[in-house]
Amino acid sequence: MISIFPNLLSGAVITLQLLVSSMFFGLIIGLIFAILRINKNPIINKFAYGYSYFFRGTPLLVQLYLIYYGLANIEFLRNSFFWLIIKEPYWCAIIAFSLNTGAYTSEILRSAFQTIKKGYIEAAQSLGVTKKITFYRIQLPIAIKQSLPAYGNEIILMLKGTSLASVITIMDLMGEARKVNVLTFKPFEAFITAGIIYLFITFIIHNIIKYLEKKYGFQT
Amino acid sequence: MELLSFGDTGWGDELFFATLMTIAVSIAAMLIGFLFALIFTPLKLSKNKSLNILGNCYTTIIRGVPELLVIYLLFFGGTGAAMYVASIFGYDGYIEINAFITGALAIGIISGAYSTEVFRGAILSIDKGQFEASKVLGINKSIQFYKIILPQMLRLSIPNLSNVWQITLKDTSLISVTGLVEIMRQSYIAAGSTRDPLFFYSVAAVLYLILTFLSMKLINKLELKYSKGY
Repeated sequence: MISIFPNLLSGAVITLQLLVSSMFFGLIIGLIFAILRINKNPIINKFAYGYSYFFRGTPLLVQLYLIYYGLANIEFLRNSFFWLIIKEPYWCAIIAFSLNTGAYTSEILRSAFQTIKKGYIEAAQSLGVTKKITFYRIQLPIAIKQSLPAYGNEIILMLKGTSLASVITIMDLMGEARKVNVLTFKPFEAFITAGIIYLFITFIIHNIIKYLEKKYGFQT
Repeated sequence: MELLSFGDTGWGDELFFATLMTIAVSIAAMLIGFLFALIFTPLKLSKNKSLNILGNCYTTIIRGVPELLVIYLLFFGGTGAAMYVASIFGYDGYIEINAFITGALAIGIISGAYSTEVFRGAILSIDKGQFEASKVLGINKSIQFYKIILPQMLRLSIPNLSNVWQITLKDTSLISVTGLVEIMRQSYIAAGSTRDPLFFYSVAAVLYLILTFLSMKLINKLELKYSKGY
């Protein structure tokens, strides 16, 4: 059990890298699509809804395969600069995870935007604050604070999602556990140790979010 | 479109049966999950400290580790465990556990953890007065549960159970790694032999979207039916 620990830890580093980068890109995508979702233009609105519907309605594995195996099928992508990115399983995984978590994040932020009390916006308007400043200084900070608990859940879901990277040959924590299982024929040791590491990461994320909620949480 | 025709030349019929398999595994997993939820919900609500910890351990661990891990553990570990048990009884041959059963059990354990949380929340949101009123009226515990708590609990948990169902449906795609031929596995096979992954994984995505869409419609109907009078 001790001998496999270093292997699994090196996998855990990859898992954390995948998690951090896909949460980063996912947050940007989510924010953009949340703003598009509250747009009054029906076409923009429908487009953003379609995006989130597709990525929330299909399994992450399908999205991962579509990007990893599917995109390589398109001729002009293969001849373009993008091929440098999509030929690497690592980047494919990050693209798939970012788009997936982006869809969930956009829903979380959208519902946060929509539950902001009208009074705040009206107050800003009556004080003559411009629309742009109202958005950046009032709506956005409140929405982010309100969505902290739901976003914490999303981070943990994504942590579990990164384990899928192992099926496209990335040696993350799950991939290392699979390798140990194949080499030693000890499935319980390999997977239970990996499970404990996953639980430990979940525990840390949970506590960070709890701390942030306490510090920055929004009380109405 | 020719690729999707039914019969020997197309993949239409294979994908159709794979879709049925996905639905079958999802339903089986959901039912197994209910079974787990019925065991662990009372534990989580119990006043006994150690039972409480047992219930919390189940939901915390299962919701904290990747779904894939549970599936691998059951798939690789299950065979070993079954062979170990058999060797005690003097049978040394190779035992292979059916992929459907392992898959449904693995996904069932996961969906059970979510269902447990849903049921717990529903029971906690039932007005305390109802428990007190039935106590005052001298209704015994089991009738109180079956006639008063259970119907309300089910009604309150339908919206959240629909989320659990969606998660379960999507999780079944993970069983494909163990070789059970459901939508994902079938698309993988089709993509491999036709060398057209983009097309077949798109078809898989559309099939999942259709399944989630239809089940949403069905659940909305159920919700409307059971919230009559409220």
